Amino acid sequence: MAKIPVQFTLNGSERAEFVESGTTLLAALRDKMGDTSPKGGCHQGTCGACTVMVDGELRLSCLTMAETCNGAHIRTTAGLANGEVLHPLQRAFENGFAAQCGFCTPGMIMAAAALLERNPNPSRDDVVEAISGNICRCTGYEPIIQAVLSAARANSTSAA
Amino acid sequence: MKLSKKYFADERDDDLVEIGQPRPRSDIRGHVTGRTAYFADRTFPGLLHLKMVRSPHHHARIRSIDTSEAEKHPGVARVITAKDVPQNLYTILILIQVGPEDEHVLAEDKVRWKGEAVVAVLAETARAAEEAAAKVKVDYEVLDPVLSIEDALKPDAPIVNEHHGRNYYLYDSGECRKVLFGDVEEGFAQADHILEETYRSSPIEHAPLETSGCIVAPEANGRFTCYTNTQAMFFTLDNASIILQMPGHKLHMVGGTVGGGFGGKVDVTVEPIAILAAKLTGRPVSFIYSREEEMQVSSPRAAEKIVIKDGVMKDGRIVARQVTAYVDAGAYSRHSPYGAQKAAAHFPGPYTIPNVAIDSYCVYTNRTPSSAMRGFGVTIGDFALEVQTDKLARLIGMDPLEFRFINAYRDGDMKAHRQPTEGAALIECMQEASVIADWPVDERFMKMSSRGRED
Repeated sequence: MAKIPVQFTLNGSERAEFVESGTTLLAALRDKMGDTSPKGGCHQGTCGACTVMVDGELRLSCLTMAETCNGAHIRTTAGLANGEVLHPLQRAFENGFAAQCGFCTPGMIMAAAALLERNPNPSRDDVVEAISGNICRCTGYEPIIQAVLSAARANSTSAA
Repeated sequence: MKLSKKYFADERDDDLVEIGQPRPRSDIRGHVTGRTAYFADRTFPGLLHLKMVRSPHHHARIRSIDTSEAEKHPGVARVITAKDVPQNLYTILILIQVGPEDEHVLAEDKVRWKGEAVVAVLAETARAAEEAAAKVKVDYEVLDPVLSIEDALKPDAPIVNEHHGRNYYLYDSGECRKVLFGDVEEGFAQADHILEETYRSSPIEHAPLETSGCIVAPEANGRFTCYTNTQAMFFTLDNASIILQMPGHKLHMVGGTVGGGFGGKVDVTVEPIAILAAKLTGRPVSFIYSREEEMQVSSPRAAEKIVIKDGVMKDGRIVARQVTAYVDAGAYSRHSPYGAQKAAAHFPGPYTIPNVAIDSYCVYTNRTPSSAMRGFGVTIGDFALEVQTDKLARLIGMDPLEFRFINAYRDGDMKAHRQPTEGAALIECMQEASVIADWPVDERFMKMSSRGRED
C-alpha cells in the first residue's frame, strides 16, 4: 500500500515518518514515533485518553489523521516535564492522588494544560468544563479537579 | 485524613509510623509523565493483529463454518477454529476443583450467547483482520434463547449448557448453596412482623478505560512472552497452560499494570488464543478488545434476583431470615458458582440473626457470561440487605441506625455459616458515623461495644 510522508514537531523535536493513508495521529505517535503517552481507550473520540495538543489546540489523536498534521507543533504529556523537573500539573496530580490506574492521566493532564495556558486562574466550573471530554473510571473527578486548581494556584504564586 | 484513636486504644501501641501518613504511590511518577508501560505500549516487528468472529445469536447450533474467503483476503496470515485449540474445553476455576469444564475457547457445536468467540482471524493490520473476519461464513441454526432467571428455571426450559445438563450449577450441597442455622420456621412463628421483599439488579459493565488485551511474542528459546493486562496472572498462566497443553515454564506472563480492571479482567479470554496464534504463526500477536467488545463481550457483574423474608420483633430484633437468591451466570460458569456461594454466606449481613435459611442459586441463561466485579456475590446482596433493613426499621417505627445497633454482630456471636465473630468493629463504626453525620442515637447505643453484649 502506498505510504504517505508525515513530518511535524513532536515535543520540540523534528520527526518524519511514512504512514499508510488513514493512519491516525494516535497510531503514528505510538507505533511509529515511540511516544506511548497518549492512550487508546475507545478509538472513537469518546474517552479523551488520546488527547494531545496540535498547534496549541486540544485534539483527540484517535480521530485526527496523521497526514493532516504536516508542519504542526504537537505536544504530549511525555514532553511536559523539563528533564526531571515536573510540570506544575504533574506535580499537583502526584501530590493530590489524582491518578489511580493512570490510563486517563496523560489525556487529562493535556486537557488541563490547555486550560491553564488560555486561562491561568480558572474557576472550578472552568476546570470541570475543561476535563468534561476526559473519562476517569477509578479515582473520581474530585481529586483531579482539585489538582488542576492547585496547579493554577502554584503557578500564580510563582508568577507573583 | 483524620485517624480516630479512641476505639480499641488498649489493643494498640500508638507507635504508628506509616498509617495516617500521606505517602506517594510508587507508580505515580510514571502515570503523570506518561511513562508507565501498559501492555499495549510495546511495538514488535511483524506484529499480527487478531480479530474475533463472534456469534450474532443468543443461542444457535453451528451447522458449518467456511473460512475460505477470509483466508484469501489480502494480509491474512492465519485463521484459527476450534479444532486448532489443543484443549478447547475449559473452565477457569477448575484450578480449585470447581468444575465441570463448560466453555469452549472457540465455539464447536453451539453458541450460547451473543458475542461468543467462534473463529480467530490473524492479519498484518487490524483493518485487514477486521475485513477478513467479515468474510467468515458461519451457518447457524437459531435456537430458542433463555434470557431470564425465571425462564431458565421453568421445567420445560431449553438447556443452555449441556455440560451442566440443567440450567443451574449443581453444588455438592445440591441445586443451590445452602446455609441453615437455627430453625427459621420457629423464628417466623415467634416474630411480631414478617416482611418479604424481592430485589433485582441488572448486569453492570466495568467499562475500564483500557480495554482487555494482550500482546504475545514468541521467543528464540521456545518460550512465549505474554504482555497482558489480566488482573489474575496465575489463573491466566495455569489456564493457558491447560488450554494449550503447554508446560507452564514455556509461558512467561508479564503484567501487573492494568488500565482499570474492577474485576473485569480476571477471566481468561484473550491470552490462550493469542499465545496459540503466536505459536501457529511463529510471529508476535496482538489481541486487543475494541471498545464495543469491552462493553458487549467482556463479562459484566451478574444480574441477581434476591427474595428476602424477615421476621422481626417490636423491640427491633431480627429473629428469622430466609433468602432465596439467584445469580445469573450467563451461559458459562466462569467465577459465578463462587460468587453465588459467597453470597450465601453473606446474606445474614453484619447482623446476628438466630434463625437463618439461605438458598443461593447459580443460574445459566443465554446471556453474556458474568463474572467478577468489586465484591461480586456480596455487593448486590448488600444493596438488598440494607434496603430491607431500612424497611424493617420503618415497619416497627424505629430509627434505622438504632435498629442496626440492636442487630449488629459482636465478638463471640456465631454467624449462620458457623464462623464465630472475631474482631468486630461495626458498633464503633456506627458510633463514629452517628457523630460525624449528626444523626444522634440513644445513649445506650453509644455505650455499646463490639467486644461483647451488655446483658
